[in-house]
Amino acid sequence: MQTRLTVNGEEAALDLDPRTTLLDALRHHLKLTGTKKGCDHGQCGACTVIVNGRRINSCLTLACMHDGDAVTTIEGLGTPGDLSALQQAFVDHDGYQCGYCTPGQICSATAMLAEARDGWPSVVTDDLTGAPALSREEISERMSGNLCRCAAYSNIVDAISEVAE
Amino acid sequence: MRPFDYTRAESVSAAAGQAADGATIIAGGTNLLDLMKLQVETPGQLVDINRLPLAEIEETDDGGLRIGALVTNSDLAAHPRIRSDYPVLSRALLAGASGQLRNKATTGGNLCQRTRCGYFYDTAMPCNKREPGSGCYAIDGFNRIHAILGASEHCIATHPSDMAVAMRALDAEVEIERAGGDTLTVPAKYFHRLPHDTPQQDTVLEPGDVITAVTLPRPPSGEQRYRKVRDRASYAFALVSVAAVVDVRDGKIASAALAFGGLAHAPWRDERVEEALVGEAPSAALFDKAADVLLKDARGYGHNDFKIPLARRALAATLIDICSMGDEA
Amino acid sequence: MTRSFTMDKPDERRRLDAMAQGVIGKPLSRPDGPLKVSGTATYAAEYDIEGAAHGVLVRAPRFGTLTALGREAAEVMPGVLGVFSSDEFLRNPAQGTADEAPVQGTRDIAYVGQQVALVVAETFEQARDAAYRMELEIEGTGGAVDPEAVEPERQDDETVDQGDLDAAMRAAAHSVDQVYRTAGHAAAAMEPHAAIASWDGGKLTLYGSYQMLNFNKNELADSLGIDVEDVHILSPFVGGGFGSKLGISQEAIAAAVAARGLGRPVSVVMTRQQVFEGIMRRSETRQHVRLACDENGVLTGLGHESLVSNLPDEPFAEPVPQSTHFLYGGENRKISLDVARIHRPAAGSVRAPGEAVGMPVLENAMDELAEAAGIDPVELRKRNLPDCHPEEDIPYSSRKYAECLEEGAKRFGWADRNRTPGGLREGEWLIGHGMAGASRVNQTGEAAARVTLHRDGSATVATNMTDIGTGTYTVLGQIAAEMLGLPFDKVRVELGDSKDPDGPGSGGSWGASSSGSSVFIACEGVREKICEALGCDEGDLTLKDGDAIHGNTRTPLSDLLDADIEVEGKYEPGDTAEAYVQAGYGAYFCEVAVNRFTGETRVRRMLGVYAAGRILNEKTARSQCIGGMTWGIGTALTEELAHDPRDGHIVNHDLAEYHVPVNLDVPALDVVFIKERDDAACPLQSKGIGELGFCGAAGAVVNAIYNATGVRVRSYPATLDKVIAGAA
Repeated sequence: MQTRLTVNGEEAALDLDPRTTLLDALRHHLKLTGTKKGCDHGQCGACTVIVNGRRINSCLTLACMHDGDAVTTIEGLGTPGDLSALQQAFVDHDGYQCGYCTPGQICSATAMLAEARDGWPSVVTDDLTGAPALSREEISERMSGNLCRCAAYSNIVDAISEVAE
Repeated sequence: MRPFDYTRAESVSAAAGQAADGATIIAGGTNLLDLMKLQVETPGQLVDINRLPLAEIEETDDGGLRIGALVTNSDLAAHPRIRSDYPVLSRALLAGASGQLRNKATTGGNLCQRTRCGYFYDTAMPCNKREPGSGCYAIDGFNRIHAILGASEHCIATHPSDMAVAMRALDAEVEIERAGGDTLTVPAKYFHRLPHDTPQQDTVLEPGDVITAVTLPRPPSGEQRYRKVRDRASYAFALVSVAAVVDVRDGKIASAALAFGGLAHAPWRDERVEEALVGEAPSAALFDKAADVLLKDARGYGHNDFKIPLARRALAATLIDICSMGDEA
Repeated sequence: MTRSFTMDKPDERRRLDAMAQGVIGKPLSRPDGPLKVSGTATYAAEYDIEGAAHGVLVRAPRFGTLTALGREAAEVMPGVLGVFSSDEFLRNPAQGTADEAPVQGTRDIAYVGQQVALVVAETFEQARDAAYRMELEIEGTGGAVDPEAVEPERQDDETVDQGDLDAAMRAAAHSVDQVYRTAGHAAAAMEPHAAIASWDGGKLTLYGSYQMLNFNKNELADSLGIDVEDVHILSPFVGGGFGSKLGISQEAIAAAVAARGLGRPVSVVMTRQQVFEGIMRRSETRQHVRLACDENGVLTGLGHESLVSNLPDEPFAEPVPQSTHFLYGGENRKISLDVARIHRPAAGSVRAPGEAVGMPVLENAMDELAEAAGIDPVELRKRNLPDCHPEEDIPYSSRKYAECLEEGAKRFGWADRNRTPGGLREGEWLIGHGMAGASRVNQTGEAAARVTLHRDGSATVATNMTDIGTGTYTVLGQIAAEMLGLPFDKVRVELGDSKDPDGPGSGGSWGASSSGSSVFIACEGVREKICEALGCDEGDLTLKDGDAIHGNTRTPLSDLLDADIEVEGKYEPGDTAEAYVQAGYGAYFCEVAVNRFTGETRVRRMLGVYAAGRILNEKTARSQCIGGMTWGIGTALTEELAHDPRDGHIVNHDLAEYHVPVNLDVPALDVVFIKERDDAACPLQSKGIGELGFCGAAGAVVNAIYNATGVRVRSYPATLDKVIAGAA
């Protein structure tokens, strides 16, 4: 199955078994292993990437369904020598321990901040018709699709809050 | 995941035609691929409808909305009209899954979600829904998340959707295009089935049917609430949920629409519960009476016995809130 | 050179306090952080090994005897390279520190989910499908799966029967006599178990995700029947462990067997469901607690009798009463631990085995006793701190439990709480406050590390110790930087290569103290060499910012050295391990809101105050504690392995239905450390912190639920059904 993706700004042409998920295409075929497989069933968020501006679980979508799409992975957000503001905030606030869920957390948070800027409500937003302010509770709810078993949640919210301000 | 042929649908009618020939339609894929990896679903052909023009939300002539089948849960929840006029739906959507999943999951796909029963999900276990005639292993098994209403000896699964519960309360209708070009509209009331002796059939959809839209009637009067009770604060399926649209006028309940999730094989709505409320002044005793009606035929299977008192409590909490009774009840 | 040290007596020199660099204890960010946040830290399955094929494990759907593999249907699938199954396959992982192979073989299937074969194909997609095509033939059924329905085995080494507890109960002014239950837990580390095996002749290289390479290399070699010299394991990054990666596990052996058979590298990653079923669970427990006290609340009797479960022939029993033995007094004592042999998946260490479930229950019982006696729960605990071990006549090394209780109470505003259960309400929510103590035994293990001070004034620390998120890279670097007077960024730490000197492995909260001590000892050796070069005494030497200072001279190390100085430090636990009761202590204070209709509980505020000896890095130590407190919230409210009542299989074997806490379950957590130096613990005066922050935490949440609602939930987790059942 011929599939063209734009990953972190670079064109990639792949010939894939149609069964290949976007996650496995990134990890096995493009060797972009920053995107993690934690559960392979949309139950942990470790595989979160940003497709056409939106965060999704890359494990629950086929690569061939994304022919022509623009994919941003953790490798596209920053490098060890040039971290994004969120990446740096995760380092400063120790928003991780083992680091395995971290790329998914950061991709998720990056897109989540954009969702909030666009005025999207969450289930904990009091006034659905107003513009949501990113309180701790709002950030926690919006980040609840990303499990962290080391349980750095308290620090993750601190890191995101700093960048959101 | 078994091998399959993948094609991208050129049109709704083409997709319907392929589906009539045995292909499986994929939209967001968040449930279908989940099940395919476990070989609970084993389609030989996948038809991808994601690029069909079904992602619009349009005003209808009677003041309602027509929601394209491919509108994502995120877009639907964030739509200004949904937020202002159908908050029960916005909140139900936002209570479901995670931000990532809502970005992929579609309106039509959400309606087609399959149960989260652990025995259905495990091909090593008997399950009448997955393999008709093999038996229901949940009845005597671990059945915490299972049905207390409308179940059968063949299946005690629940439908996991939040969105569909709100749509049931809102009297939504599902638009379907059939292979061959016929279109039909199915009220939410009839869309999801009870298991009876054919639990493999979740909905009234037939092979070759493509959901094209869901329509909402003009916004109902009164207040709207969606209350979801679950085992963790977020990112969990409902144990019990309540979608409520209630209009209180002059101290009496003028109208009520109540649908429940987590209780049955389909979003559960019992008009007798609403009849018990309408015309009455809100009170704890009245809500208890309504719960009696709701739960008259409820039956637990062990681990899920608690859903009977929980449904009563969730109903009372929702009604006290929606009727602005504060601490009176 | 090699420098050894055995911890035979307290080290009162407190050398780290005398150093000049000033980095020890500081909340420095992890040096591995930029890799982790940019997706460039490489985990087990992520090595790009030329020609690696993909293997998928095959799960037995029921227990019994495997009579045929039924491999043909899989073998004919496109891309399939082979189906492997052998007597070398593991029934379950090795227990922590086993140092030898666990039970092996695939003929006897002891539990549903046992992994009996590996299907290998060119691609993951091909292997995954083919694995489903296997037609295993399994004969025989039956076998107990309910731990309370079989006659258990007593663990004699945990049994204490001292005085006459029955008489103490009868004579007590106040007493508690209750049975509590806790659910089984999954470690659920975010990185699934994974291995890539590659042979070069008879030598095996294994990229894996393991916590204790010093033991894992022997377990791997023993499982395969090869020499340990021929085994090389690499685990520089481990995506969470929590006990689940202590021992070598099934994917490693399966990958090695298949790679050997195929003559090419094989990569195996367990599915999440396979991790749930195949990797150690924490046993469920039944705990009978009896407490007797006099009119002043002083304990006269204490009983803690527990039942746990495991597979036949599995040498591990969740040590439920581990801290009960020494935490509180009471001369009449009855403590025991029984194991039911059943066919649920194997049980083993999951974060803080023992105290994780024993402490919350003990602390629930103490809460009940405080209420019965009309004594403040904080005060009750302070009245029951024995002068020495209540069962053995040995002293405590350092015990700042009372200080933790007092500091926590003060900071939390404990005195101002509502004391009437159910008496505080905000709208739909009932507000409650609860507290509990923390205790976790402290131990160290043998450890070695090589420290090299390079001619350019930088240093390298190398050991086969691991960093499973605990902060090993950071704290070992800080210890070396402090001892050698180097800026933190001048120290490079290399971990996770089995060929390096044997670290202790990450487990039992002993990693930082043990491994850190070996680094410390090596650094002492390096300092001696510097003294020799300078011709000065150790007492006159100051190392700071890369300079050696003595008398009036200050010499850059880079000028001083004409060759690298390399010292291997070896640490061994010694007599202080037996001569003192060593433990970390703490106290939790928690505020919950319980929905008065639905019984849903939300933790709104939680404070943990800890004393664990010297804190090596305030930032990573705090992270360990907030992680532990979150595990406490999970234990209290959401986590439960659900076993099928007929075949014992884990029904909720995924992350959708096994509920680890999500972000919204956890409020901003508050952590405070009490300053402490425990001279008997290790030369660093530090104690373990990775588990302490979890031990007892769940008890505070459940005690707060009682204060909020008046409902005593004695079965963990305190899910809403149990709360509303009590409220009805």
